[in-house]
Amino acid sequence: MARVEQRRIGMMGDEAVAYAIKQVEPDVVAAYPITPQTIIVERFSDYVADGLVRTEFVAIESEHSALSACVGAAAAGARAFTATASQGLALMWEILYIASSMRLPIVMVIVNRALSAPINIHCDHSDAMGARDSGWIQLFCENCQEAYDTAIQAWRIAEHPDVQLPVMVCLDGFVVSHTLEDIEVLPDEVVKEFVGERPLVRVMGHEGEVPYRLDPTGREPLSMGTFAMYDLYFEYKRQQEEAMRAALKVIEEVGREYGELTGRYYGLIDQYKLEDAEVAIVGLGSSMGTAKDAADELRDEGIRAGVLRIRSFRPFPTETVREALKGVKTVAVMDRALSFGGPAGPLMMDMATVFYGLKEGPTMLNYIYGLGGRDISTDDFKAVAQDALRAAEEGVEGLPVKFVGVRE
Amino acid sequence: MSSSLPGWKELPMGGVAFRPSTDIKTGEWRLGFRPVVKEEKCVGCAMCVVLCPDMAMGLGEEGKAQVNYDYCKGCGICARECPYGAIEMVPE
Repeated sequence: MARVEQRRIGMMGDEAVAYAIKQVEPDVVAAYPITPQTIIVERFSDYVADGLVRTEFVAIESEHSALSACVGAAAAGARAFTATASQGLALMWEILYIASSMRLPIVMVIVNRALSAPINIHCDHSDAMGARDSGWIQLFCENCQEAYDTAIQAWRIAEHPDVQLPVMVCLDGFVVSHTLEDIEVLPDEVVKEFVGERPLVRVMGHEGEVPYRLDPTGREPLSMGTFAMYDLYFEYKRQQEEAMRAALKVIEEVGREYGELTGRYYGLIDQYKLEDAEVAIVGLGSSMGTAKDAADELRDEGIRAGVLRIRSFRPFPTETVREALKGVKTVAVMDRALSFGGPAGPLMMDMATVFYGLKEGPTMLNYIYGLGGRDISTDDFKAVAQDALRAAEEGVEGLPVKFVGVRE
Repeated sequence: MSSSLPGWKELPMGGVAFRPSTDIKTGEWRLGFRPVVKEEKCVGCAMCVVLCPDMAMGLGEEGKAQVNYDYCKGCGICARECPYGAIEMVPE
């Protein structure tokens, strides 16, 4: 596809997502309309009220119900969207597993915010980490532009015949959701063409091959949400794992196709000055932008620093990460969530697994930061990189887990 | 597990029903008693047909209650509710 002319609009992350979803125009948007809901759904409901979309908008009594409504809509063959944050995602937990196990390609945007208690509305990744093993694809965005782009790409990834899994698009609370940014948007018809219609895969039901949707006419009958015991359940879980592995390829393919259209290429990871790096900062989300500035400053001071931002946290791009960090001496893994009592933060556990059992790998340290929206500065990242370099020289004493920016 | 069951590559995705649920003869779960219709007492009112939670009761050609033992779990509701005392639970 040829490059398309785009418009520049000033929008915050929430608005950018709402704008993308307006262009996609899903059949159903079901969402809980008040706190912890974000402006995404508020803006989208404006579009509905103004008659700019034909979407069926369901303002519903809880997030548990919001996702349940999306499950029903997607099972009937519709495109369904919802958005939530923190406690809302926590309340959805039961239905998260049902959506992914029933292989429903729902798209949900999560504005990453801390979990209670104490009550806090600001950014960290605890909410998404709680959903880590729920079978959803999780894509983390760095800025408003990427949030817009990913909210469009997510449909193609979710609905790909080899994937058929729900996608969570994650963006940092306030840092992205409420920050105004100049972003490039595609014309409506280009978005419509890019996402197309939801393709329905075909499956063998109890009366032969049928499209994957509930058919109220009974002409193409399919029963979903059935019962499977120890003789079948395990096989379905193995299928879900295979779909996740297939998603690795699809995320890259969709990113490439979107890049040809927009000039903005996205893949599983985002590499910044890693080619000759001796120290790499690895993490998720908006703070990796700060880390890139820190890497520039470190290079001015003669330290070869780079940044590896994980965009696809689930599926985790193990081989891509291993390849990207080849030759790096030391790695600082940044976790914006805690696994209380665990050996390290959730991202560190994955990163350690990437290099487990290999004869050679980098020194690796884990830094917990930014909980409840605490800021992290370029100076903090520079100190982290220097600490990681020092550990590579002097060795790591005790647990390789440290806290950045917490008062003693 | 049993090799007669499909592997993960063969199974349709998402846990959809891949064979009719009537293939599973739930009557095998019946424990202890089974309903037997005394045709001389049955008037064909079909109360048992309406009340059977497993749709295992029907009316035969003669218009009398008929039990499908493939799906009858032996709960005894039909015998208890029959207004004419035409169904008896018999030990198996």
